[in-house]
Amino acid sequence: MVEMIGALALLGAPLTQPGQLPWLTLVTFSPLIGVLALLLMPGKQESALRTIALASTLLTFAISIGIMVFFDAGVATAPGPFTFQMTEGPVPWIPTMGIHYAMGIDGLSLWLVMLATFLYPMVILSTYSAVNNHVKEYMICLLVLQMAMLGALVSLDVFLFYIFWEMMLIPMYFIIGIWGGEDRISAAVKFFVYTLVGSLLMLIAILYVYFKAGADGSYSFLFSDMLSVQLSYPEQFWLFLAFFVAFAIKVPLFPFHTWLPLAHVQAPTAGSVVLAGVMLKMGTYGLVRYAFPLFPYALKTFAPYIALLAVIGILYGAIVAMVQPDVKKIVAYSSVSHLGFCVLGLVAMTPQALAGGIFIMLAHGIATGGLFLCVGILYERRHTKKIKDFGGVAKSMPVFSFLFMIIVMASVGLPGLNGFVGEFLTLIGASKSNFLFFETPYAAQIITDPDTGLRAWSWAEAQRFPLPDRMQAGPEITAILLTTFATLGVIFAAGYLLWMWRRVMFGPLTKDENKNLEDVNAREITYLVPIVLMAIFMGVAPDFFLSRMEPTNNQFLSYMSEKGIGGSNAVDADATYVKECVIVEDRAGDDPAPGPMIGGADAP
Amino acid sequence: MLYTDQFYYLGLIALMPLIGALINGLIGAKLPRKLVDVIACSSIGLSFMFSLISIKALVDNAAHIGDETIYGHLSYTAYQWIYAGDFGVDIAFMLDPLTSMMLLLITGIGFLIHLYSVGYMSEEPAKWRYFSYLNLFCFSMLLLVLGKNMLVTFIGWEGVGACSYLLIGFWYTDDAKAAAGQKAFIVNRVGDFAFLVGMFILFYETGTVDYVALKEIATDAASMASIAPIAGVASILIFIGCTGKSAQIPLFVWLPDAMAGPTPVSALIHAATMVTSGVFLLSRMNWLLTISPEAMMVVAIIGALTAFFGATMALVQNDIKGVLAYSTVSQLGYMFLAVGVGSFTGALFHVMTHAFFKALLFLGSGSVIHSVHTQDIREMGGLRKVMPWTAGTFLVGCMAISGFPLMSGFFSKDLILWSAFSNVHVLNIKGVLEQNIGVIDLLTNTPAPAITAGGAVDVNVLALVVGSGVGVLGVITAGLTAFYMFRLYFMTFEGEYRGDEETLSHAHESPPTMVIPLAVLAFLAAFGGLTGWPHFIVHWLHLPEGLLFFEHWYEEIFQTSNQFRIVGRFGAKPYVYEAIATAISVGVGLTGIFFAHRFYLVQPEVPGRVKAKFEKLHQVLTDKYYVDEGYDLAFVKSSIKAGEGLTFFDKNILDGGLVNGAAQIMVSCGRILRNMQSGDVQRYATYITLGVVLSLAVLYGYIS
Repeated sequence: MVEMIGALALLGAPLTQPGQLPWLTLVTFSPLIGVLALLLMPGKQESALRTIALASTLLTFAISIGIMVFFDAGVATAPGPFTFQMTEGPVPWIPTMGIHYAMGIDGLSLWLVMLATFLYPMVILSTYSAVNNHVKEYMICLLVLQMAMLGALVSLDVFLFYIFWEMMLIPMYFIIGIWGGEDRISAAVKFFVYTLVGSLLMLIAILYVYFKAGADGSYSFLFSDMLSVQLSYPEQFWLFLAFFVAFAIKVPLFPFHTWLPLAHVQAPTAGSVVLAGVMLKMGTYGLVRYAFPLFPYALKTFAPYIALLAVIGILYGAIVAMVQPDVKKIVAYSSVSHLGFCVLGLVAMTPQALAGGIFIMLAHGIATGGLFLCVGILYERRHTKKIKDFGGVAKSMPVFSFLFMIIVMASVGLPGLNGFVGEFLTLIGASKSNFLFFETPYAAQIITDPDTGLRAWSWAEAQRFPLPDRMQAGPEITAILLTTFATLGVIFAAGYLLWMWRRVMFGPLTKDENKNLEDVNAREITYLVPIVLMAIFMGVAPDFFLSRMEPTNNQFLSYMSEKGIGGSNAVDADATYVKECVIVEDRAGDDPAPGPMIGGADAP
Repeated sequence: MLYTDQFYYLGLIALMPLIGALINGLIGAKLPRKLVDVIACSSIGLSFMFSLISIKALVDNAAHIGDETIYGHLSYTAYQWIYAGDFGVDIAFMLDPLTSMMLLLITGIGFLIHLYSVGYMSEEPAKWRYFSYLNLFCFSMLLLVLGKNMLVTFIGWEGVGACSYLLIGFWYTDDAKAAAGQKAFIVNRVGDFAFLVGMFILFYETGTVDYVALKEIATDAASMASIAPIAGVASILIFIGCTGKSAQIPLFVWLPDAMAGPTPVSALIHAATMVTSGVFLLSRMNWLLTISPEAMMVVAIIGALTAFFGATMALVQNDIKGVLAYSTVSQLGYMFLAVGVGSFTGALFHVMTHAFFKALLFLGSGSVIHSVHTQDIREMGGLRKVMPWTAGTFLVGCMAISGFPLMSGFFSKDLILWSAFSNVHVLNIKGVLEQNIGVIDLLTNTPAPAITAGGAVDVNVLALVVGSGVGVLGVITAGLTAFYMFRLYFMTFEGEYRGDEETLSHAHESPPTMVIPLAVLAFLAAFGGLTGWPHFIVHWLHLPEGLLFFEHWYEEIFQTSNQFRIVGRFGAKPYVYEAIATAISVGVGLTGIFFAHRFYLVQPEVPGRVKAKFEKLHQVLTDKYYVDEGYDLAFVKSSIKAGEGLTFFDKNILDGGLVNGAAQIMVSCGRILRNMQSGDVQRYATYITLGVVLSLAVLYGYIS
């Protein structure tokens, strides 16, 4: 039986070793079973349609539990930045172009897959009373979207990844455009076009790497093959930018975020939950999985600027969120703020910050997903999302207010709930990072002539803060400053969320419409309670998650530090960087500043 | 010695209130009301028992070396919490003499206040919710004091803030109360932000957040160099965190508003326990503060200023809880003053006595409010006849806080004021820094030469001015304290009743569940200070050393601060000076009581005349120095302005200008290009011809 499924390969060749289940193929395409069943059903039987969709998502979740159980959190051993397990393929798919069907999972994608499968039953449950027209099509859109996201997370072939990546756009476009609010069409179009522009930039970059890799005749889209391509600094510079813009739009990182509030406000509840809960993480996932390891040298240049954008995003999102009159907009801008933390963690390249950044992806998925569900519950009852239409709701909906409060506190980052762990790790890790800003004179020089440019730059950096007992006084101060500003975000988070809470839930019941609001029913409790419990579990026992991603993170970081970015041995790594990237010419005679390239004076 | 490492009772201490909170929080609405009371009180009662057992184990475990008693600590590691790279933090607890007193305060006074709440909240329909929050608060507070590392303390630190938020806004349908809760949380968050950054800096330099490990680094000569340069910054940042939680300048503004919560909550959270957690934290990290004299000076100045300004605002309050709230701010200032001048023992002593008398006063005020249903003391008076127990215990509380001789406040306040005049940081001693001694060596290995000489120490001018200045402010505050407390007492319980007869006829003494805690606390407030007598009395009267119990209990914790870094300015036997200082502060206190008696009983027309004469000043004090208004303008309004500005930027420039602009350009290009596709065949033929010519030109190299 097992072998039969294993042999059920896409193009005849076996996907996995004999005796192994193709877990990832199963989890990715299991939503299609639901889609098929839905297609066979008549569109009128809405409750049956909903049950089928729920069953399908539960099946997917069950499979993903299997993946989690069989996932081996042991030491990562493969060469390169990642060690994948449960790999399938690579099976040639379009051999003439070097496109493969290849899948694999590691500590990074494991939890994102779990997030996507965990949230989905709740998403489906939340639509039972919210969506009454075209239920069948709605469910199909949601399930196809789930398949696309799962596929993008486990693909090991860049072309395959790109297909899944673009496939995510279409169902979401329909979800916003058909089942959204009043201004849904323009929101859907903006979402689609904006994201697509980024994706196309990425496609160009992928093709460039592909042709570069295939210069010797062996064209391949396999991620592992692309990783082994040698790219010069100027090439990396531009390719990284292309990838970065694509992912930054998806995250969304300030200033590429303007599609998000619009999309969130117009999207139906389920769409918002999926968008904020899982889809935004595809951007951060892409940064770690593709942009960083493919173009490490460019990352070193860009990291401080990305960190700066992230910190601006944290504060900007929070300050803008504070004054929004619409509950959903507040939550949308809070996403901009929270994902700023996430990106800061990812570019900081220290073990704590990376783990924190990944943890924020999960925590934000749970907490913000929960917030959107709560807003959805309010919207279904009052058909408004304006803060001024509420007030004193806690009195009429006590159970709801209890659950909502915990989710709000998780988002505020109260220790003991999930938001805190990620933010804390990110901040404490970022404070130790080696951010090296460079100035315009060096920028041009580095692009045209990396050798002298980098030399001049790093020497200037090392000289700028000549504190006695510091190896790298410059980056230290930069990192602490960036971290301090980022930490300010925790004050604002309390500000905008609690202020919103006070105006919506607390205070006197002034509006008659709010007096007899029905408290959450059994179905709504069923989908809020798992979120609340997960928020608590992740806050109380984060090690359950952290320990399973740790080997992956360590391998990734040591790979990056070999390339000269971050890591505790950044100084040694800088030497490697110099060797690898720059042909060092002997200038011992005339150089007034001999010594290591980056990071100040070395011990003799 | 067998259970020092995994002493699981510590876990149980914290667990009990959590269980109580969960039971009441989840199913309390369906339980009988009596059972809710029993669950809430017994959970904290059990916690108290486990605390006693644990402290006994700590004492039994102590090693006796000569005269010294080394208590060490008991610890319990529950599980691994956050691990990433070289950063690892467990959910771990530890019990040492410092924690043990806080434990007794939290669980002991906590139990009394739970008991009191049974009566006070008897008519509240959502009592289960109240008790659930109260138990949850105790749980968080226990985490705060039991934490073995800064992060567990931080869980408790934010947890008590959240519980405080929930309890202040307990009657959330009143928008003012909800707003007070929110203000408390956000102002505390400002402090927490600084605390976090301080923690980052410490971790950056040392790679750990564990108290035991940090202490070793900070007190060991070899490793101290790594922590010394950042000690000042880290201490100040952590101190800013404490100013939030402990309501010090500049973050004290939330505490007076917090009185919107139920009165037992004010007693437990905003008087006895949570607001003292800042003092606890600084004492916990005393080894860090002592290597940074500048930070300590800042702490002392802020503490003294808070004490003084808090007292001045309390002078003009007419709300019974308002007086107590500003009095709390002021008394907390004393504690920080003590920390700043290096008398950590004095600070903790005052934490304890203040917990007794302030909890007593708050519960007494609650009893009054329960009885007459108003908080305005202008509508009270003569209540002693109706509520003799409340009045009697309240009087004890007032005497204790005013430093009446041999009452608890007398001992702790004297210790603080005496320390302010006499204590000197080693680095402030004249000549120490000029001498060619490495600072680190001086701090760790050798007592300063000036101290070994045994005589009086020569202090540099700035330190002298600051030390005396904060001392003088403290003495003035002592007088003000006595005055406003007795003003409160006289206006509430003595003289003629000024409210309407209707209310008076309903006024009554409170039920036993409320009076018993009052009596217990009154006993403690009267005699709790006898554990720490002034040295001069013990010395001159040849009393047993046991009367200095409080100091000896903490000797080990504050060893480094006491032995090497903070010394007495008046030499080894400063008893005469100490007696003079005590006499002055007692005299000032009695004067305050005398004037209060004069103004509010004998010649009640005087205050009106004074008020008329100093109209402006009175207004400033009533309006709390306009700090709230200032903050509103500087932070709240400006953030909202910034938010609105950025929203405009977001909508019109970023999205409207750049994003939509880019789209518009594309559309315009399309419009232009559309004209080429006109359907005119001749024009197409022209395009084709031009294209072919151009291609050929390129092909043959005419255009490169």
